[in-house]
Amino acid sequence: MFDRRLITHFDWTYLLLILLVSGIGIANLYSATSSWTTAAQPVYLKQCYWLGLGLLIVFIVCLFDYRHLEYFSFPLYGGNLFLLLLVLFIGRTSMGATRWISLGGFNVQPSEIMKIVIIITLARYFSEKARVIGFSLSELIIPALILGVPALMIMKQPDLGTAMLVLFIGGTMALFAGVQRSAFLFVAASGLLAAIGGWFLLHDYQKGRILTFLNPERDPLGAGYHIIQSKIAVGSGGLNGLGFMKGTQSQLSFLPERHTDFAFSVFAEEWGLTGGLVLLAIYCLIVIWGLHIALRSNDRFGMFLAVGVSAMLFWHIVVNLGMVIGLLPVVGVPLPLFSYGGTSMVTTMTGVGLLLNVSMRRFIF
Amino acid sequence: MSLNPAPEETPGLRRRFIISSLIVVTVFGILSLRLWSLQVLGVDHYRDLSERNRIRYVAIQPPRGAVFDRHGQLLVDNRPAFSVSALRQQVGDRKQLFANLSVLLGVEVEALEERWRKGQGLPRYRPLPLLEDVGREAMEKVQENSIDLPGILVEVKPLRAYPQGDVAAHLFGYLGEVTEEDLRKTDFANYRSGEMIGKTGLERLFEQKLRGQAGLKRIEVNVRGRELRQVTTRNPLPGNQLYLTIDTTLQLAAEKALADKAGAVVALDVNTGEILAFVSRPTFDPAWFARGVTNEEWRDLIENPQHPMTNKVLRGQYPPGSTFKMVVALAALEAGTVKPSTKFQCDGSFKLGSYEYRCWKKRGHGSVDLHKAIKESCDVWFYRVGLETGIDQIASAAQRFGLGQTTGFPFGGERSGLIPTRSWKKKRFGTSWYDGETVISSIGQGFVLTTPIQLASMTAALANGGTVWKPQIVQKVVDLEGDTEWMLKPEKLMETAWSAESLKAVQTAMASVVNDVGGTAWRSRLEKVRFAGKTGTAQVVRRKSDEEEEAEQAGDEVPYQYRDHALFVSYAPTDSPQIAVAVVVEHGGHGSSVAAPVAKAVYEAYFAEKTEHNDTGRQVASGD
Repeated sequence: MFDRRLITHFDWTYLLLILLVSGIGIANLYSATSSWTTAAQPVYLKQCYWLGLGLLIVFIVCLFDYRHLEYFSFPLYGGNLFLLLLVLFIGRTSMGATRWISLGGFNVQPSEIMKIVIIITLARYFSEKARVIGFSLSELIIPALILGVPALMIMKQPDLGTAMLVLFIGGTMALFAGVQRSAFLFVAASGLLAAIGGWFLLHDYQKGRILTFLNPERDPLGAGYHIIQSKIAVGSGGLNGLGFMKGTQSQLSFLPERHTDFAFSVFAEEWGLTGGLVLLAIYCLIVIWGLHIALRSNDRFGMFLAVGVSAMLFWHIVVNLGMVIGLLPVVGVPLPLFSYGGTSMVTTMTGVGLLLNVSMRRFIF
Repeated sequence: MSLNPAPEETPGLRRRFIISSLIVVTVFGILSLRLWSLQVLGVDHYRDLSERNRIRYVAIQPPRGAVFDRHGQLLVDNRPAFSVSALRQQVGDRKQLFANLSVLLGVEVEALEERWRKGQGLPRYRPLPLLEDVGREAMEKVQENSIDLPGILVEVKPLRAYPQGDVAAHLFGYLGEVTEEDLRKTDFANYRSGEMIGKTGLERLFEQKLRGQAGLKRIEVNVRGRELRQVTTRNPLPGNQLYLTIDTTLQLAAEKALADKAGAVVALDVNTGEILAFVSRPTFDPAWFARGVTNEEWRDLIENPQHPMTNKVLRGQYPPGSTFKMVVALAALEAGTVKPSTKFQCDGSFKLGSYEYRCWKKRGHGSVDLHKAIKESCDVWFYRVGLETGIDQIASAAQRFGLGQTTGFPFGGERSGLIPTRSWKKKRFGTSWYDGETVISSIGQGFVLTTPIQLASMTAALANGGTVWKPQIVQKVVDLEGDTEWMLKPEKLMETAWSAESLKAVQTAMASVVNDVGGTAWRSRLEKVRFAGKTGTAQVVRRKSDEEEEAEQAGDEVPYQYRDHALFVSYAPTDSPQIAVAVVVEHGGHGSSVAAPVAKAVYEAYFAEKTEHNDTGRQVASGD
């Protein structure tokens, strides 16, 4: 099964881009958490381990032909739904949300797995049903269910950010599959209505986040604090930044969550617009490169996989960056490869592995 | 392997990729634009906010200016007061912390909780004071046990200290936190809320000079408000130093002489009006006010029948009694009613209509002239002379000695006393003046009221030939470099050209009071220095009836509040007067036996000090 051509066709550039962002991310974490002298193990070091695990995952995912996944897609989907169901009943609660279950000593977050599984499942669905003029409304019912059921379950945890990302990923894939104009307008309109209706279903803290996003000064020491401090950090970076380890917002701990969701603010403060644009360019290149892999893949399943993974990365990046620079409300979405966290690293690297898998097997039939 | 067609064969797919790539680039473009607007357009704004996040400006309280007496003896300065404060961000388990503090220092947990609640309005980075002025021992205990007291720190603040104890306490006044009302006034524009400010007395009057200039600590803090480093510091500048006209030696002598009696002593420089001693007793410990008076202490002060909080020098109004007689004598001589040699017979009483006014000496003084009337304090002579001179003439003379009006003392709520006139009585009571009222006014009774500072001022004017100097308490203000920033300038309140002959007659008589056998203060004379004076015994309520007087002589106690005030006014030395001393002992009895010895004690101190200074002066000179 392992072919020498796989090595020659391996997309080293893409992996290099991924490693580049991860490396910058780790350096940034080093600066962001340098004032934490009490931690047993430095955060940047732990992130190195997670990156190592991530690369191992990439390697493993690349070992087998992605096309086998087509057969496993529905069982994977069913299993993941079951795990989500388990979360609702026996999940571990932390900070008001129930997102984890304990599987053999590991804390697993099924909603995170669903990001990958929904890509595989929808890739299978859309690859089988090609439509020249796009899907009509009635034809979208099944993919809508595939997407909607887990999204609702995730929202129930509640984890609005992940639910939204799952919907965005699935929606992007549907758009790629082709959607008739009337169906698109209908979905857009009903989505808007649902958003308005959904307002009343939101938890108070979620409403607060949105209200505070619209006006951070509403609660400068509470919900608005994150946005205000993040904007101060980014803005005070200026053109060239304050220098590595010299950002006062992060070094003096004014910036909350600076090693996770707000890691980019630390970077922007210390490296300025110059550094920020470089990082944005790399991320943009990663997404475009992923789309390019999709375009050049040799089957529709591979294409949808690549589109899905690129969409996942794109939406994570946009939602996170939009949040830290005050364009979007605060939803707990990490910046892939840049924010500290094992879960995010595993999910992202699984996706990256899939993309590389699609890429390296584009000439193999 | 797959039945699916290759993507590139799907029509329109390539277009879809191009469009989506464009969307991706556009979205990243929007993010970039936003970054540019925050980091290029907004950089100044956000840097400013960032600075405000981490930079705190903390004022360093300057040491308040010290107060000295005229010879540089320290009266008021500052001492370090230790307070136990909490940095709220570092306090974890407050219950445990307060329990530990409570055990360590023996304070109630409830009291700590109370302070904690009160202090919640303070900015987060400001330590919240839990216990103030805890003393060195408690401070050391806290520092030794700091490991069990997370978030607790000991702060040092300067607090007013009074090395001479309660000496001249009524002058200094006390400090308190500046009020919102004060802060609105332009005078206090550069004050901050929470700052200490002079509330009364000298502290208030010289607030701007004593205050000094606050230093500034620019500190960088982290989000928990913890101080990380001091970025720059502007050192505080201590306040200016105040030199009073007070001579501590005289002050102490006077305080000691009054002992536990209630009353006032004022010593003035006859030729400038400088106040050398300013005693009001009983007094209080100003240190109590510096650290905050407890309710119990305050109640004791307020309920004390001898009114320790009242500044008797300025606010005590007493009938001058016989100390008024010099004024009456000068008024009569000026009006030509009598000559110094004019003699009247004193048989122990003076009849006016059906009423009989008695002399203090029942047997009478026999043939009395001005000299004898003053020396032996004959009332009958003054009844007659006063009546012939008339109240308005007497009042005119009294006013020219500064009586009946405030001396312009800058604080303390000075009272004006009272010199009655015909028109005053008409206005006040709507009735006309009676001759009997002139009679008793002539011996300083009736409506006549004076304050101790007025009496001292009057006596100084008698001694210096008729000039009433404004009594002044501050000699100079010295700034940091030691330069004199403000200097006392003697100020004449009024000047009267009394006939030299009349003045001489009165002065000679006053000298006899002390220095000649038969003078009322003869027992208080000094051997080395001659001083002149006049005793006074002022009735508090009314003339005593015979029965009461007999009862008193029989040894029965008159209730304290009905006992006579004892007065003595004096100056020294008789040939070239330098110092005037007025003494009032409330309900003390006789001026001759109670008040005059107090003045004597002041003179002893004064001249002892003078001799000593002259001696050392000579030694320095001979050492050259």
